[in-house]
Amino acid sequence: MQIYLPIAEVSVNAFLLLGLGGMVGMLSGMFGVGGGFLMTPLLFFIGIPPPVAVATGANQIVASSISAVLAHLRRKTVDLRMGTVLLAGGLIGAALGVLIFNYLKSLGQVDLLVRLCYVVFLGIIGSMMFAESLRALRRARHGGGVPRRKKHTWVHKMPLKMRFRTAGMYISVIPPVMIGLAVGVLTAVMGVGGGFIMVPAMIYILGMPTKVVVGTSLFQIIFVTAFTTLLHATTNYTVDIALAVLLLIGGVIGAQFGTTIGLRLKAEQLRILLAVLVLAVCGKLALDLLLQPAELYSIASAGNG
Amino acid sequence: MMWRIGLFLFVLAALPARAEEVVLGLSRDKVAITANFDGSDILVFGAVKREEPIPEGPPLEVVVTISGPSQPVLVRRKERRFGIWINTDSVILGAAPSFYAVATSGPFGEVLTNVEDLRQRVSVERAIRSVGAATGTEGVQDFADAVIRIRRNEGLYRIEENAVAVDEQTLFRTAIDMPANLTEGMYAARILLTRGGRVVSQYETAIDVRKVGLERWLFNLSREQPLLYGLMSLAIAIIAGWGASAAFRVLRER
Repeated sequence: MQIYLPIAEVSVNAFLLLGLGGMVGMLSGMFGVGGGFLMTPLLFFIGIPPPVAVATGANQIVASSISAVLAHLRRKTVDLRMGTVLLAGGLIGAALGVLIFNYLKSLGQVDLLVRLCYVVFLGIIGSMMFAESLRALRRARHGGGVPRRKKHTWVHKMPLKMRFRTAGMYISVIPPVMIGLAVGVLTAVMGVGGGFIMVPAMIYILGMPTKVVVGTSLFQIIFVTAFTTLLHATTNYTVDIALAVLLLIGGVIGAQFGTTIGLRLKAEQLRILLAVLVLAVCGKLALDLLLQPAELYSIASAGNG
Repeated sequence: MMWRIGLFLFVLAALPARAEEVVLGLSRDKVAITANFDGSDILVFGAVKREEPIPEGPPLEVVVTISGPSQPVLVRRKERRFGIWINTDSVILGAAPSFYAVATSGPFGEVLTNVEDLRQRVSVERAIRSVGAATGTEGVQDFADAVIRIRRNEGLYRIEENAVAVDEQTLFRTAIDMPANLTEGMYAARILLTRGGRVVSQYETAIDVRKVGLERWLFNLSREQPLLYGLMSLAIAIIAGWGASAAFRVLRER
């Protein structure tokens, strides 16, 4: 069944979109990631124009994050105060990101920027995850882990300290604001929630306890992606509701199946699978940039180009 | 009575001396882009009206064109810089139709001479004008060719020879297939009658292609009330996220 998307102005198969949403939803349920970093490139591959894919991707993440945060709130694993601090940075970052996005769009380089960001970040995160889980697998085989002690780093020496009850931390607000800002820019430019960058940053830079990290990052992602969606909708008119709804339906159902599958697999195996997936998407995007394209010319409508 | 005949003769004289004229029918003069739009077939048919016997000489040929709204297009070219392929040059082409189909009753070169093609801008190459390409980049023609090539591959530009059936030099018909990724606007349908490669008569009419219903509403809303539209998409996302969480919790507790 073909469906004509009113904003993207292309006709695509509705079941393909449902399936795509379902697949990404399943992965996000399995691995506990937003899935935006997979959704947006997959939308490129099926021919959705990148600006529409980025803006609609942000909208879709709002839904999946809300669904997940509600579960975390019930388990009390969200530090609302930390979330708010991250959010302050995130909103500024998102506004900056949309500015950069629009400037590059006027230069005709937005495709390049988005793809380049994807290649760089997916490459880094994918290989880090792959190495980390290989190490974890080896450690699990030999038995016995090394418990890590909390370290005092440069983060603890900054002014403007604040107490975060749920996380059990007393640190400066500057590093969280900076992290929020960086992730906010990425959200606007890449159409991702940024959880895959936010989570490692919170664990390794801020030294937050792992159990509150995911919920807190999801909490702030809701607001940043919602803000980004609004900015894209009002400045670029690139949010496609029809596309978002189809992806949502698939995603929401897929996520529930993914969670069940995820519970049956071992954590290390899961992470290796995810790493391979991330690297595969990264590789495909990198090849597109590195190999000579079959068609050197591209058409943009002069009106908004 | 006399004055009526006089008027009739006067009108006849005022008309250009055209022996053959087109009487046209279209299977539809509106194309509605709905949510499940996946292309449309337009049947163009008609007859040649004439007051005198069929002229001697080369047989009557028919050329049908349908062209979408012409807009300036921005064409970019990629080049290899720092090891990766990025957009470097760009050219704005003055006018290029978003859709262009030509159907002829015989081989293109035989039904229309080069001079007539130049004058009437029938073939795809002629229909695109690179006037106004003021960017100063060399090889504007390369960019124009690229537009034709890309849109031809997407099925937006096409030429179908021998696709118009002509009966007894009087009745003609053809079906033009319009793809799913149409832009909206007024599409011009043009019928040229030719003899020996020269245009003897032509007729033009319009086909209205537009989004209707939900598609129209959403598109208008996104342009006219972007804030409301953005809030609406957020509301849908929030409800979907919350609803899914609630629904599956109920399912699991059972």
